[in-house]
Amino acid sequence: MSQQTIKFTLNGVPTRVTVPVQMSALEMIRNVAGLTGTKYGCGEGECGACTIQLDGVSLNSCLLFAVECDGRQVTTVEGLAGDALGQKIEKAFVEAGAVQCGFCTPGMVVQARQLLATNPRPSREEIQRGIEGNLCRCTGYVKIIDAIEAASKDSLPPAPLPGEGGDGRSLRSGLNKE
Amino acid sequence: MTALDNYVAPTSLEQAVVQLQELGEVTILAGGTDLMPQSHAGRVKFKRTLMNIRRIPELHGIVREGDEIRIGALTTITELMEHPLVREHLPLLVEAGDHFASAQIRNAGTVGGNICNASPAGDTLVPLMVLGAHVELASKPDDTLFRRSMPLPEFFVGPGKTRLAPAELLTAVRVPIPPKGFVARFHKFGTRPALDISAISIGVGGVLKNGVFTDVRVAFGAVAPTPVCGCAAQEVLEGKRLDAATIAAAAAAARDEVHPISDVRASAWYRKEMIHNMTKRILEDVSANH
Repeated sequence: MSQQTIKFTLNGVPTRVTVPVQMSALEMIRNVAGLTGTKYGCGEGECGACTIQLDGVSLNSCLLFAVECDGRQVTTVEGLAGDALGQKIEKAFVEAGAVQCGFCTPGMVVQARQLLATNPRPSREEIQRGIEGNLCRCTGYVKIIDAIEAASKDSLPPAPLPGEGGDGRSLRSGLNKE
Repeated sequence: MTALDNYVAPTSLEQAVVQLQELGEVTILAGGTDLMPQSHAGRVKFKRTLMNIRRIPELHGIVREGDEIRIGALTTITELMEHPLVREHLPLLVEAGDHFASAQIRNAGTVGGNICNASPAGDTLVPLMVLGAHVELASKPDDTLFRRSMPLPEFFVGPGKTRLAPAELLTAVRVPIPPKGFVARFHKFGTRPALDISAISIGVGGVLKNGVFTDVRVAFGAVAPTPVCGCAAQEVLEGKRLDAATIAAAAAAARDEVHPISDVRASAWYRKEMIHNMTKRILEDVSANH
């Protein structure tokens, strides 16, 4: 089995790991880097529980090859703990009762941050569209949408996460960043 | 078949096509959104080398070249939808992108990957066919870089099968800028808006001038082993006014020319009915709004 050593920034911390080339970024984050906030739900990109940000763009880490993280900025839900907008979303989720079993929450929070960073004042419909890649089997979504709406109400322009452009969005993938 | 034992991440097109020629057995990785689940499910076996092509600058970007828009193979669906050239000249692709999976997958999945995955239900394929797109392929069999181009419909051979040669890379898709008066529609029919594999999809495009529809292209997804031309419907529509009789004849022709299968998403009968009804609805919409 072919192994590859990659270097990247995980929640702002320079990280170096050696992984099998076919390993997913999700397995690498959970089992090699040891950050278990990001969840394995379906393994097929249907449920969004494994949502992370790569260079400031949200994606399903179960569909991402770990080797693709090489030279790039990876942000997981743990990395939002020190982020003003991330904290606002966390607080709003708690206050709105948007967390029941909690399994979808890390993915929801990361995706909510992506949504609010690109669209700071979304309508409820835009919030629904924004989280259409995240499944929740408990809440019926209403309280999650309430929480994201509440977080958007008093949100200041977000400080960029590592890898994001100054305007909070960076859709270009990380070319030759290493 | 040997197990995966090598990983390469070329940083130029030149390097990539040379490696493809030399290494032989190579699995190409772009966005990974199809490759990862397909390899897990055993539907795709890794070849000896995994080649990550995402570090190749020549495969990124969207530019206008003469009367064409060149969309780099690594353009993600999100990048496609947000690009000013696409929004201005190819709004059909924006509409199709809006129905594509979820935000997370649109941020990772690439146009080139969607084409090379060659799913009969691939969401960008039908609209690209309606727009008359060509794929641009590159290889380096000897000392010179060899490029060729092919109309998109010819590229598809069957589910997951294309005419891409083993040592060849899909570098871009080229879309002619549609003429004045061009109207187009894309309709994807599934059970929910997000993350759904379509039961059928339909694209219609053409130039509508003084009520007459010309240069008509019709394409269907998920009704055959590849996305297909709705050639019979096209012929009915070409040069006609979009009146009730023409629309009815085109919808009937569309139903009769497709030969779908029954699977978990829909029965063959249902697919034919949907092709008929949605073709009719789309044409009525075009007729009423232009």
